[in-house]
Amino acid sequence: MSGEVRVRAGGVGATGSGGGVATDSGGFGTARSDDPTGSGALGGLRGSRVRFSRASRLIVDDVDITVPRGAVGALLGPNGAGKSTLLHLVAGVERADAGALALGDDDLAALRRRDRARRIALAEQEVHGAQGLRVDDVVALGRIPHQSAWASASAHDRAVVARSLVAAGAAEFADRPYDELSGGERQRVNLARALAQEPELLLLDEPTNHLDIHAQLTMLALLRRLADDGITVLAALHDLSLAAGYADHVVVLAAGRVVAAGAPGEVLTTELIREVWGVEASVLEHPRSGRPLIAFSEVTADAAPPAPAPVE
Amino acid sequence: MLLAVLLAASVVVAVTIGPAGLAPADVFASVLAHLGLGEPTLSPLRDGIVWELRMPRVLTAAAVGAGLAICGVVMQALTRNPLADPYLLGLSSGASVGAVLVLVLGIAVALPLAAFAGALAALAVTFGLARAAGGLSPTTTVLAGLAVSAVFGAVTSLVIFWSATNDSYREILNWLLGSLSGADWASAALAGGALLVVGVPLIATGRTLDAFAFGDAAASALGVHVTRTRTLLLIATALLTGALVAVSGAIGFVGLILPHAVRLVVGTRHRALLPLSALAGALFLVWVDTGARTLFDPRELPVGILTALVGGPVFAALMLRNRRLS
Repeated sequence: MSGEVRVRAGGVGATGSGGGVATDSGGFGTARSDDPTGSGALGGLRGSRVRFSRASRLIVDDVDITVPRGAVGALLGPNGAGKSTLLHLVAGVERADAGALALGDDDLAALRRRDRARRIALAEQEVHGAQGLRVDDVVALGRIPHQSAWASASAHDRAVVARSLVAAGAAEFADRPYDELSGGERQRVNLARALAQEPELLLLDEPTNHLDIHAQLTMLALLRRLADDGITVLAALHDLSLAAGYADHVVVLAAGRVVAAGAPGEVLTTELIREVWGVEASVLEHPRSGRPLIAFSEVTADAAPPAPAPVE
Repeated sequence: MLLAVLLAASVVVAVTIGPAGLAPADVFASVLAHLGLGEPTLSPLRDGIVWELRMPRVLTAAAVGAGLAICGVVMQALTRNPLADPYLLGLSSGASVGAVLVLVLGIAVALPLAAFAGALAALAVTFGLARAAGGLSPTTTVLAGLAVSAVFGAVTSLVIFWSATNDSYREILNWLLGSLSGADWASAALAGGALLVVGVPLIATGRTLDAFAFGDAAASALGVHVTRTRTLLLIATALLTGALVAVSGAIGFVGLILPHAVRLVVGTRHRALLPLSALAGALFLVWVDTGARTLFDPRELPVGILTALVGGPVFAALMLRNRRLS
């Protein structure tokens, strides 16, 4: 049921205004002129009543999701909530059992795989190395949907690869073997590969995993900038404060269902965090950005993990 | 390019090697004469050695080597399993059963078709078994291939033993270990034809195989229809393996050694790896087969003994290098 969605999509992060953390160029809270009902978000991602089960277990349960064009959307939720699966459904890695997904005016189910891959890119979190590939080879994989089988890489392909490497901050290790990189470096290469697809919609599965705090903030600032350039971004994130600081729009999943969606300031409340993660938290205001900042209370070691929100 | 020249030169030189004392010039003379471009200068006996015996054999070796190497590259990429190869996963044994049923029992099916059916059956059983045993990891797949090879190899031996009248041991050895001793122009045409019809299109799939480098989800996100592509390409490798085994028996390890050796030099990009592995595979098998027929002259070794002699240690080295994968 979609009745649980408290705040419908389209509410772009207009909570905080001005300011920004040190690494950001002040792009926060830029109000975007989207249809407030979320039904006609120009060029953005829209999903309605998306449902998916694997081995008779319901993993994504009637999910409604909207990310307006050029917005940064954050997908939040405990482990196993269905975040990665939802990203896979949007990317076309898995096919939804029911429901509709649309990018702009196009029904994703009706797009050819290759056409979809030219418009949607997925940067995954855990990527086991392909032995012997150099970083620039890996990024060049992102050009596959744009290339024919026989033609070799064009000057344009090479230019896009070079640009993507620079944009993701991976240019300095372009000629190193991928399987010798650190986790954080791999994350940047994965992003560069996704950017080389020149997507309208960029999906990221925990892009800040393995990154130190500086690299995390850089990554989020980069996503912010990409969104300002018109790319729609949807990232599964674990860090609530990070999501609150950078996302225009957050969607909270628990046990496959959308529990809440909307601007971070409206969605991330003490009650919601207790309900979804089973953690006591105070939601403060960031002294500089005015965005929500979440301070957690201690959890005793023997505290029971949160009961997943009931399915069915 | 260099490899292609080297291969052409090797074909000529390999034909001269052996107990007739031929020179490369004799090979050219014979070939030109048979193509209607020159006067026959060799004695009919020596000409026969070049044109009827050695030339088709060397060309068959080249086609089989190239085809097996292509199969190895494609299978390794699609299953993300560095140990995949038509021999280790049981396809070659399955193809042998099909071929032997036609040749020995005289079942009225086209030879390559029967071998293809056998290879396909072996492929299906290997992957089915591996999946049932807990997933398509390199280890389970190779173990399943071992079981399939053992059974299909035994069936091949039984069929030959049960039906053959004369030298059944030799016959069994040739099928199980692979041999090119019976190669004639018909085998060269079959192996070469399969290479042209199936192998060359497989060489063109480099970009698709690249997309599999980071797993199925990544390939899918790059616009590849993962299940359909994998099924289609694996069936193609079964088809190619079937045709090759029908002329040579189950020559092992070519599909394992060559792709890895070439990878060390040119890396993992399949658009380079596929054609170069094919050329290297052809070169390799031409020379190994030349060794097989001359080392113990006048007796002949099944060529599979020599490829296993090289391939076994390579397999062991790969196993050690990939222990974290299994």
